Amino acid sequence: MSVSTSTAVARIRSARHSSDVRRLFACVFGFLVLAVMTGPSGSNLAPTSGFTGSLLHPRVFVFIALGVALWAIITAQHRWGEAIKHASDHVTALPRRVMPDRRVRLAFYAVLLAVAIVGPLHVNAFWQDVLVDQIGIYVLLAIGLNVVVGYAGLLDLGYIAFYAIGAYSTAFWTGALPVHPPIVLNAFWAIPFAIATAMLSGVLIGAPTLRLRGDYLAIVTLGFGEIIQIVATNLQGVTGGAQGVIGIPHPAVNLLHVHYTWLIDPLPYYYLLLAFVVLGLIAYSFLEHSRVGRAWTAIREDEVAAESSGINVLKYKIMAFAIGASTSGFAGMLTASKISFIEPGDFTVQLSILILVLVIFGGMGSLLGAVVGAAFLQWFPWYLKEHPLFGFQPEDLYIYLGAILVLTMIFRPEGMIPSRRRKREIGLAEHGVGTADAMSSSQAPVS
Amino acid sequence: MTMTVETPPTAVAGDIMVDIEDVSLSFGGVRALVEVTVSQARGELLSVIGPNGAGKTCLFNCLTGVYHPQRGSITFRGRDGGSTEIVGRKPHRVNRLGIARTFQTSRLFNALTAFENVKIGIESRQHTGPVGAMLRLPRTRREEREGDARATQLLEFVGLRARANELANALPYGDRRRLEIARALGTNPQLLLLDEPAAGTNPAEKADLATLIRRVNNEIGVTVLLIEHDMGLVMSLAERIIVLNFGRVIASGTPAEVQRNPAVIEAYLGAPADDEDDGRTAADRTTDDGE
Repeated sequence: MSVSTSTAVARIRSARHSSDVRRLFACVFGFLVLAVMTGPSGSNLAPTSGFTGSLLHPRVFVFIALGVALWAIITAQHRWGEAIKHASDHVTALPRRVMPDRRVRLAFYAVLLAVAIVGPLHVNAFWQDVLVDQIGIYVLLAIGLNVVVGYAGLLDLGYIAFYAIGAYSTAFWTGALPVHPPIVLNAFWAIPFAIATAMLSGVLIGAPTLRLRGDYLAIVTLGFGEIIQIVATNLQGVTGGAQGVIGIPHPAVNLLHVHYTWLIDPLPYYYLLLAFVVLGLIAYSFLEHSRVGRAWTAIREDEVAAESSGINVLKYKIMAFAIGASTSGFAGMLTASKISFIEPGDFTVQLSILILVLVIFGGMGSLLGAVVGAAFLQWFPWYLKEHPLFGFQPEDLYIYLGAILVLTMIFRPEGMIPSRRRKREIGLAEHGVGTADAMSSSQAPVS
Repeated sequence: MTMTVETPPTAVAGDIMVDIEDVSLSFGGVRALVEVTVSQARGELLSVIGPNGAGKTCLFNCLTGVYHPQRGSITFRGRDGGSTEIVGRKPHRVNRLGIARTFQTSRLFNALTAFENVKIGIESRQHTGPVGAMLRLPRTRREEREGDARATQLLEFVGLRARANELANALPYGDRRRLEIARALGTNPQLLLLDEPAAGTNPAEKADLATLIRRVNNEIGVTVLLIEHDMGLVMSLAERIIVLNFGRVIASGTPAEVQRNPAVIEAYLGAPADDEDDGRTAADRTTDDGE
């Protein structure tokens, strides 16, 4: 008896051993592929230089080391998963334990805000531009998409279409398009029009499509994103076509005693953006903890039960869609008037996916997560561009983002700074209760 | 009209609240409900029984707008006296009329606390919109306070006040059942549909549940329509019983009448009643065929 037990144990051990080895090979191989993908391209004269340049180069060791590191993490998770989870929960719960008091938390946010106000004054012009064009705008886009994906659980892959609509309606109202508006406004007064147009198109697109669930909605929104871009390219007489629109004016305020014009200096745009991001964060956090936010949670968790509890599911979904769309439209307005040039190529489906990655990485349904996720992922490539590391090239950005998304989904599906509700839902889904995920269709539990 | 209904349609005289008339529902070739005619008086505690697959839950789904029967009509007379057709309405609009339900396998919002679950029911009757919520307008804050107070009150009523802040998923089975009732009561219904509330509960929980259902009926004055397999519970609670089999109403009447009805005995046992069945009723035997 004891003999058979010990052989069984040995067999289990060796099985585990061989699966560990296989996993090591898989990880290293995966990173070698990444090394080739991110390495130099081949040429006609030296067809194999793409391989030799990336594999027979010292940087290959970096990728092998990364592969081994990933293997070590996975293996550790398999062996001591529970213990690690426990420890990491302990660490992530720390801020909450340190800041149980509302006043302490408010003070923390005040410090963050102070840094956000004073910080940009001390960086150079290049980084000020990055702060506005790459970080600020994307933070705004991420908190808007967070309402759609994180709160209401709707997988929207055409989010950037509303950004385009905001940008083009700004161009329209400021008279920069081939078609002219009834009255030409400056970009500042075009804000309400841009927001309203984006919101209206959110409602128009949402009303018929939001009856669909899960994957179907994702596909329809993906198509919608494509359509907007193609329309912008081909409707030459209205949108200016593929060459884009030039000469969109900067915003300006002339009201009683306030006269101000935004020019090319990025800082004023930064503060305008910051003001709206802060307002958005406050408003959306109120929204999350209100009747509306709870109705979204109910819909996300169990549509049938939500309907039976008197919640008009379609209305709330359209609401989330419209709020996301208007945020996106506002971001589009800001971009258009700051850069004063837009073209259809600015509004690719890739960008929709990028923003989704920002939200998932930060933590779906978590406002702080969306901000931190967007800020980090948008800052890091530019940092690497300034301080090149292992020959990183900005064109390869999407390869790394893809890897980050996959790794996030495997190791921390709730995101870096998870929302408490979302984390619970994902935990429950892993145990086969519910389908609490925007990524899953209405039936099968995730995991 | 079905020929098999033995008691006259107007079994209970007086104020009719729900009038299900000649309702037929089929899925492809499967006839889930066949010419069902049932009416329920205001304040009545009516129970629907029948073997598995008899069409009980289908009937609930027709009553709540989840299914739309191909034939027949269901009218609901609210407190204000006006009567409304239910067939063709969406579930949330049926709920607005004053019809709330629970589910056969409880469908709570698992990642939310008991308190939040009840509040979602209550809030479906409030008016705060997204703008009010984002700006925290005075009305939003007032409604929030009212909702909190009402949720506490309802949790107290079903005996879950002490567990208000626990996750719905962490509650034991009997508590989940009661929480579902509290959530349904939050929508302020006139008619409450309970789909096998006692399924999966232990005897002590069952007794508590019976008390609770009676209190919902008597103290709050909610009309209750109950599907249940536990015959002990049905016989002790229901004023009147409707028996469904293969989508048809095969009998209706008081618990005592139904227990004696040969058609019911046949439906449950699959054979005509014979002499040795004298002392026992079919209903007694089927006490535990739920789930």
